[in-house]
Amino acid sequence: MSALGAGFVPRKRRGAELYLVVLALAVGLGAYVGVGLGVSGDVPADVYTFGGGLALLALLTHAVVRWLAPYADPVLLPLVIALNGLGLAMIYRIDFGLADRGQSVGPFAGPQLTWTAIGVAGFVAVLFIVRDHRRLQTYTYTFGLVAIVLLLLPLLPVLGVEVNGARIWVSLGPLSFQPGEIAKLCLVIFFAGYLVVKREPLALAGRRFIGIDLPRGRDLGPILVAWLLSLGVLVFQRDLGSSLLFFGLFLVLLYVATERAGWLVVGGLLFAAGAYFSYLTFDHVQLRVQGWLDPFSDTDDYFQIIQGQYGMAHGGLLGRGLGQGDPVMTPYSYSDFIAASLGEELGLAGLMAIIVVYALVVERGLRTALVCRDTFGKLVATGLAVSFALQVFVVVGGVTRLIPLTGLTTPFLSYGGSSLVANWAIIALLMRISDQTRRPAPEVRPLESDDATQVVRMR
Amino acid sequence: MNRPIRIMAIGCLVMFLALMVNANYVQFLNADELNARNDNRRVLNAEFSRERGPILVANDSVARSDPSDDEFEYQRTYTQPELYAHLTGYYSYIYGARDLEQSENGVLSGSDPRLFVNRVIDLVGSEQPTGGSVLLTIDPRAQRAAYEGLTNLAGNTTGAAVALDPNTGEILAMVSVPGYDPNRLASHDPDEAEKAWQNLNDDPGQPLRDRSREEIYPPGSTFKLVTAAAALSNGYEPDTMVNGSAALTFKGISYTLRNQSGDSCGAERITLTQALAVSCNVAFGDIGRDLGEAALRDQADAFGFGDSDVIRDLPAAVSQFTAPDADPLDEPQTSLSAIGQFDVAASPLQMAMVAAGIANNGTVMRPYVVSEVRGPDLDVLEATSPERLHEAVSSDVAAELTQMMETVVTDGTAGSAAIPGVPVAAKTGTAQSSAERKPYAWFVSFAPADNPQVAVAVFVQDATGVARTDVSGGGLAGPIAKAMMESVISR
Repeated sequence: MSALGAGFVPRKRRGAELYLVVLALAVGLGAYVGVGLGVSGDVPADVYTFGGGLALLALLTHAVVRWLAPYADPVLLPLVIALNGLGLAMIYRIDFGLADRGQSVGPFAGPQLTWTAIGVAGFVAVLFIVRDHRRLQTYTYTFGLVAIVLLLLPLLPVLGVEVNGARIWVSLGPLSFQPGEIAKLCLVIFFAGYLVVKREPLALAGRRFIGIDLPRGRDLGPILVAWLLSLGVLVFQRDLGSSLLFFGLFLVLLYVATERAGWLVVGGLLFAAGAYFSYLTFDHVQLRVQGWLDPFSDTDDYFQIIQGQYGMAHGGLLGRGLGQGDPVMTPYSYSDFIAASLGEELGLAGLMAIIVVYALVVERGLRTALVCRDTFGKLVATGLAVSFALQVFVVVGGVTRLIPLTGLTTPFLSYGGSSLVANWAIIALLMRISDQTRRPAPEVRPLESDDATQVVRMR
Repeated sequence: MNRPIRIMAIGCLVMFLALMVNANYVQFLNADELNARNDNRRVLNAEFSRERGPILVANDSVARSDPSDDEFEYQRTYTQPELYAHLTGYYSYIYGARDLEQSENGVLSGSDPRLFVNRVIDLVGSEQPTGGSVLLTIDPRAQRAAYEGLTNLAGNTTGAAVALDPNTGEILAMVSVPGYDPNRLASHDPDEAEKAWQNLNDDPGQPLRDRSREEIYPPGSTFKLVTAAAALSNGYEPDTMVNGSAALTFKGISYTLRNQSGDSCGAERITLTQALAVSCNVAFGDIGRDLGEAALRDQADAFGFGDSDVIRDLPAAVSQFTAPDADPLDEPQTSLSAIGQFDVAASPLQMAMVAAGIANNGTVMRPYVVSEVRGPDLDVLEATSPERLHEAVSSDVAAELTQMMETVVTDGTAGSAAIPGVPVAAKTGTAQSSAERKPYAWFVSFAPADNPQVAVAVFVQDATGVARTDVSGGGLAGPIAKAMMESVISR
């Protein structure tokens, strides 16, 4: 209790969470019914089974949180339930559009619901197995190894599959998944565990340059390794988005662990060099940059980004309404470009709301990091929250032509099993750290010499 | 390490704000530009699945949207396709829209600002927005008289006819033949639409071209009305004696301007009225030489020549007195221009405006074809009010010209347009611009001469089966003009 200061009354806030979960369910189910009304004018026939399934999953997560993490942040779960439900409804809507056009892909809504169930199972499993996040620190290098193996898997013959130019898929019989999504989670734990140990020497100042302490030359090793690893992902897997995400993640954690802004300068320079090098070397990077700067220069090559823009413009302020736009004109409207599909049918208002929901998830994650009492937990929470934010920025920014397009999934919205499972696990871990932090824990002793941990007063 | 976490939080906030600002840019600020791009199928699909408003003539819809059971909810249908093809234009998924379907698209599709309130109501009621309707100024009987007159001449006649209300500028009839069937281009079956498009573009008769306003032709002797107007405005009187001889020669130039017949126009000296009645080339060539290029051009421009925007609702070709960027005319060229030859070229619409200007005491009203814009519930959103385009001549000159034009009907070349009991003012024209091609037959008139209700221009470009020597404005075009005028006067 002493670490939290006097006057802090640990509260479970599970009632508030239940209320918000019901609201979040209303968003998902409302959208689902809206799709039925918009497409055919009727409430979908399977509204009870589908809606029941979604409600069951949502209430199950809530019950599990009551049991396994009663002090966890009460806002995170409702936020991701709303996103997951909205994504399901949109995918269900796109199934109609794909069927209308006689396309051979899909339907996706059924599998996505199954994957949601698997994701929720993973969520429960993480909460059940990881009773104290600090235990994970003992497996730091195991997670590092697992991450490397996962990243290498798609490069193996037989197992690895190349889809649309990126070699990031692994296929096992009927199942296929993107190991990179899980690797992201493992990397966060590995980076955090590693930096907890190494942060002291890395924080030593080297030369001073315009008011910023640059790191010492001999400490550049780890960041160079991370840089080369990211470039490796770019070169061998041709996966621009993951490459950017991994390096950005490491850089942020390095900065947070050492409190040395100099690392950001070094990392920024390395990033610029890597970006410039890859722009010069790789056709697919040039293609992405050109499609961002002037998509109308080639309406065939940049068809997807142009259609995404048209969809959003057609949606306007309030959107066409669910089932009343043409989102399937955009290739991959159910996965990579689901943000544009939502913008088209829910309008600027809907897309802004979704961005705000994402921002809230990140905000709750960083808040958890702030109040967390141990360095490892702080770094893991920061890493998870920032990687989530980076991923949303990179994919939504790419789809809406704020930055060049890179292939990443839109968390909880895109169709895709690996992404759903990984993101549910991320939320489980954040909630575990948050539960640990907010719980009344008389035994918790302040970590020695962690003078940077501030006392934060919470109501 | 909370400080860097807070800084990271600010960093994340900046990223999310950037996403939101960008979403506003794409979906709001830049949306109109994106929606207007011509390869944007979404906007087109949405328009095709909405009920598009009808184009109305009197109480009939000549273009309307009928429920359809294919991929789009409505099929655009043209109920009298050939008769109104060049007014309605077409509304095709592949080939876009043309003519009124294009120029009035905002109202018809429902996106016009004047329909804003209706759109809000539709939004609240979760209804698809429906388009407004457009009522035309067309008089269906005059339109039919013009169309039947032109198509009855011969199988492959090409030509055009325009009727205006001289007092307001309302277009009462506007026909170009050959017409075409816009229904085939509006077909939702892309193969059928493509085939129709191919056929129309391969047709030597060029049916997609609207000869009444999109093309200009030498107006021949009907341009003598403009020369006469210039003369009367510059000191000539109807009884001023002018050169009626057989030939006009020019000092130092070997060219000689002769009359069509080769003889004199009845006497060596004739009155201006007589010169107009018999369409005397030598007399008007001489007057043109006397007045000079500038006076003739000013008079032509005062009737609407050289104006690229004469008609309010549809695009129109610019009628010209001389070719654009031409050198100053020499004397024979000036004389030839004064009788509507050399580089003078006018659309039938422009020649109807000449007649309408004379009929309306010298004031040319701006032609228009959209009479009213109505909401989906048929309440009138905007009624077009007549607009003055130019003061072509003084009312005195207009009255003198009217009397002279009546003489053309009673004693001259335009007897074919005489209507029993109704005074008619007219001028014929037969334009021979090259030896290989048949002459163009023109007829310009208005009636009743004492209280004009309708001004007409009829242009026959090529009537198959009519011998070259039989082509004359009075013979071919006159009866059509008469039928059109009668249909308006008798209503």
